[in-house]
Amino acid sequence: MTELEILVNGEPRRVPGPATAADLLRHLGLDARAVVVELNRQIVRRPHLGDTALANGDAVELVHFVGGG
Amino acid sequence: MRIEKRITVYLSVMTTVHTEPTTDLPLTIGGRSFRSRLMVGTGKYRDNGQMARAIEASGAEIVTVAVRRVDLDRTKADGILYHLSPDQYFLLANTAGCYTPDEAVRYARLAREAGFNEFVKLEVIGDRDTLLPDTQGLLTATRELAREGFTVLAYTNDDLITALRLEDAGAAAVMPLASPIGSGLGLLNPYGIRTIKSRLSVPVIVDAGVGTASDACLTMEQGVDGILMNTALAEARDPVVMAWAMRLAVEAGRSAYLAGRMPRRETAVPSSPVAGMLE
Repeated sequence: MTELEILVNGEPRRVPGPATAADLLRHLGLDARAVVVELNRQIVRRPHLGDTALANGDAVELVHFVGGG
Repeated sequence: MRIEKRITVYLSVMTTVHTEPTTDLPLTIGGRSFRSRLMVGTGKYRDNGQMARAIEASGAEIVTVAVRRVDLDRTKADGILYHLSPDQYFLLANTAGCYTPDEAVRYARLAREAGFNEFVKLEVIGDRDTLLPDTQGLLTATRELAREGFTVLAYTNDDLITALRLEDAGAAAVMPLASPIGSGLGLLNPYGIRTIKSRLSVPVIVDAGVGTASDACLTMEQGVDGILMNTALAEARDPVVMAWAMRLAVEAGRSAYLAGRMPRRETAVPSSPVAGMLE
C-alpha cells in the first residue's frame, strides 16, 4: 500500500493509494452525487470518477452548492 | 410562529377569494417558463430552517445558490441541497466572488456539472468595495458561456449600452442592479432601468439593492420582468414576513405596470362633481 500526496481544496493530504477520484470521495465520506470534482483544473464527470486515477502532486477541488445570492 | 400562521391564513384567503382581473404571461427565460416574477437568494439567513420558510413564503420558483469548496472538516453546515429540495425549486447557480472572466467561466462549468440545469447567474465583479460589475469581463464571459450552451443571466449595472452588448453577446436575460449588492438602497435609477427594459428583447430582471417592499413595487412598476433579491429577506428582522411582503409587492408592482398608471399633473383635478353644489 503506497500513499499519495495530493492537494485537496488547497490543503495537502495523504490518501491510501492507488486511488481513483471515486476512492478519494469515499475516503472523505462524501456523496458523489452531491459534489463536483475538478482534477488539475479539469472537471471529472461523474461517470468517470471511478476510472480517473490520482497521482502524486495532483490538485483536486471538491465543490458543492452553498447559500448565496 | 404566530405571524407565520397568520400568513398561511392570508394565503388561503387570497387563493379562495382573490380572482385576478388581469392575466399575465409567464416569465420565460431561455425557453423555460416561470409563474413567479420574484427570485430569491439563499445566503446570509440565520439558519437553514428560516431560509426554507422565507423562500416558501416568497412564492419564488427560482432560487440562487453559490459554488464553493466542500468543507472537509465538517465544522460548518452541509451543502444547501440538504435543506432545499431541487425538485421543488429551480436552482440558479451564480458566479459570485469571481473577479475575472476565466474564474467565472470555471465556476459556471462546475455548477453545470452538478447536473441540474444549464442556467448561470453570471457575475464578474470589478471592485471589492462596491461589488460593481466588470462590464468588459462580463461581456467576455457571456460570449464564452453562451457559446458553450449556457443560459446566461448577466448581472450588470444600469447602463443601457452594456445591457445591449450583453444581449448581443448571447445573454438570455440581463440583470441590472437597482443599487449595489447588499446595500438595500433601493431603485437608484428608475430611468436607466426603464430604458434598458424598453430597448432589450430578452427579459430584464433587476438584481440587487432592493431593501423593502416599496422598492420592489417601484421596480416592478418600471415594467421589468422580475426581481432577484437576497439580503432584503435574510437581513429583515423577520425574513418570513418580509418574504411575504415582497411577494405582494412584486405582484402589486407588476399589476400596476400592466394596468398603466394615470398621467402626472402639476395641477389638481377634483374627483367629485363640480356641478350640483349648494347655492
